[in-house]
Amino acid sequence: MTAAAPGAAKKTSWRRRSVLPGFNLTLGYTLAYLSLIVLIPLAGLAIRTASLGWNEFWALALDPRVVASLQLSFGAAILAAVVNTVFGVLVAWVLVRYRFPGRRWLDAAVDLPFALPTAVAGIALATLYAPNGPFGIVLEDLFGVKVGFTSAGVVMALIFVGLPFVVRTVQPVLEEIDRETEEVSATLGAGRWRTVTRVMLPGLLPAILTGFALSFARGVGEYGSVIFIANNLPFESEIAPLLIVIKLEEHNYAAATAIATIMLVISFAMLFVINLLQAWSRRWFGHE
Amino acid sequence: MSEAATAARRKTPRQVIGEGPRTRFVLIAVALAFLGLMLIAPLLVVFIEAFSRGLGVYLEALAMPDTMSALQLTLLVAAIAVPANLVFGVAASWAIAKFDFKGKSFLLTLIDLPFAVSPVVSGLIFVLLFGANSVLGPWLQDMGIQVLFAVPGIVIATIFITFPFVARELIPLMQQQGSSEEEAAVSLGAGGWRTFFLVTLPNVKWGLLYGVLLCNARAMGEFGAVSVVSGHIRGQTNTLPLHIEILYNDNKAAAAFAVASLLAMLALVTLAVKTMLEARFAGSLAAQRRH
Repeated sequence: MTAAAPGAAKKTSWRRRSVLPGFNLTLGYTLAYLSLIVLIPLAGLAIRTASLGWNEFWALALDPRVVASLQLSFGAAILAAVVNTVFGVLVAWVLVRYRFPGRRWLDAAVDLPFALPTAVAGIALATLYAPNGPFGIVLEDLFGVKVGFTSAGVVMALIFVGLPFVVRTVQPVLEEIDRETEEVSATLGAGRWRTVTRVMLPGLLPAILTGFALSFARGVGEYGSVIFIANNLPFESEIAPLLIVIKLEEHNYAAATAIATIMLVISFAMLFVINLLQAWSRRWFGHE
Repeated sequence: MSEAATAARRKTPRQVIGEGPRTRFVLIAVALAFLGLMLIAPLLVVFIEAFSRGLGVYLEALAMPDTMSALQLTLLVAAIAVPANLVFGVAASWAIAKFDFKGKSFLLTLIDLPFAVSPVVSGLIFVLLFGANSVLGPWLQDMGIQVLFAVPGIVIATIFITFPFVARELIPLMQQQGSSEEEAAVSLGAGGWRTFFLVTLPNVKWGLLYGVLLCNARAMGEFGAVSVVSGHIRGQTNTLPLHIEILYNDNKAAAAFAVASLLAMLALVTLAVKTMLEARFAGSLAAQRRH
């Protein structure tokens, strides 16, 4: 660095010098493509929202039907994320700690919701949970619960799409966790439950919270798998993304834009929280 | 998990820590039951329903002209979107993994943005951008270019949705591998392209393949965003997932599931290749991933 000419030093002050070529080309291409595909279109949405004006925006956002759909989307996403956190941690634990026949198959199956198109998952879930479907009959007979074509169906679909996020964020951390701490805890006389909840859980917490946040964020925006299993009645089982589609079909672009902006602001806040969580876990636990 | 770690664990004597056999059994049973009911059952239903009216109906549904044109459109969209994001992913990971510069983590967050956007909202932003009452819309109309409710709109929405997949897979992998091998190649006189193709690419090829597979699975299966921009014109702007929706809503469940089984098979192939890559090349795939 010290040998560099003043001009070069100034030019490279925002990056460390490297002998490798291609920085300007690849970063330039990255920024141009990013702007063209992601940033400019998103800015278009922001501009359209700004052009609505404060009063019109809130009038659209506080429309009872809009509020109901947002409540359902966020409420169902939180419920599904809670279920996924409990079972996701359990599945990750079983996959990492135990050896049993078929473990590899099970491990591969966890990624199924990532790979299976949402429309396919949607019609499959709708068939399973419909009042005359195999799961629908059992749930109604045993528990008197209607899942298909209700808001409970929305939660079921969101559990399906969100499960891998928790498993795949907790699993690698659980694999790397130091077994010696557990042994120390056990030899000091702590019972197994105490060791797991007091010694291991704090180390896993950032990963668990990240998984929860990712599962929640995915659930809020989910559309394809939900619309088949819910009967999409306003105020009952109409999710916010569906209401955007309906407003678009009515050519009510202002309302669609307002709902989309609320969803985006909350999603970006979630993304920010996820990044904070990961920075926090890096600092305190030395892993992501 | 690496094979070495598995082998090491097998060799260690029975641990003092860990759960008793009964707890173990219960936990494994609960995990199996949950995954079986929540994940495996929906997959099985796709194939059971697809063949519920016999092989004849199944093949008939696949041979329908609308199915064929939907399949062609899906393949065309993936054939454009995947290479576009592949080139971007490679460029972005070279810039981010091989160089140190300010604002890198902010750039990473920006690349992740499409993951945080609902598919329907992704479609909406392109409707606002190219629609009739937008800035670009009337201008494009004068030029005679139809973007919305046509193939270009579907392609752009798909590129947006699958934007981070390849980059997300490659960046951690290339960061982990460092740049000493490339520096050696350059100092021995190799040019940039030569260094990339002969040194970097062989090191990251499996991670790259994995990213491309995920990108492709999502590109072929995307529903929400494509649904918003396509306009649902039968035989023209219907991709396979949209075609499934139309068949299902027309009360042609068996035909819908027949078409769905095609995409389910694509998902199974993706998962199989992924599992194989992870088992064989655990070291050359990034340890941690998010989708």
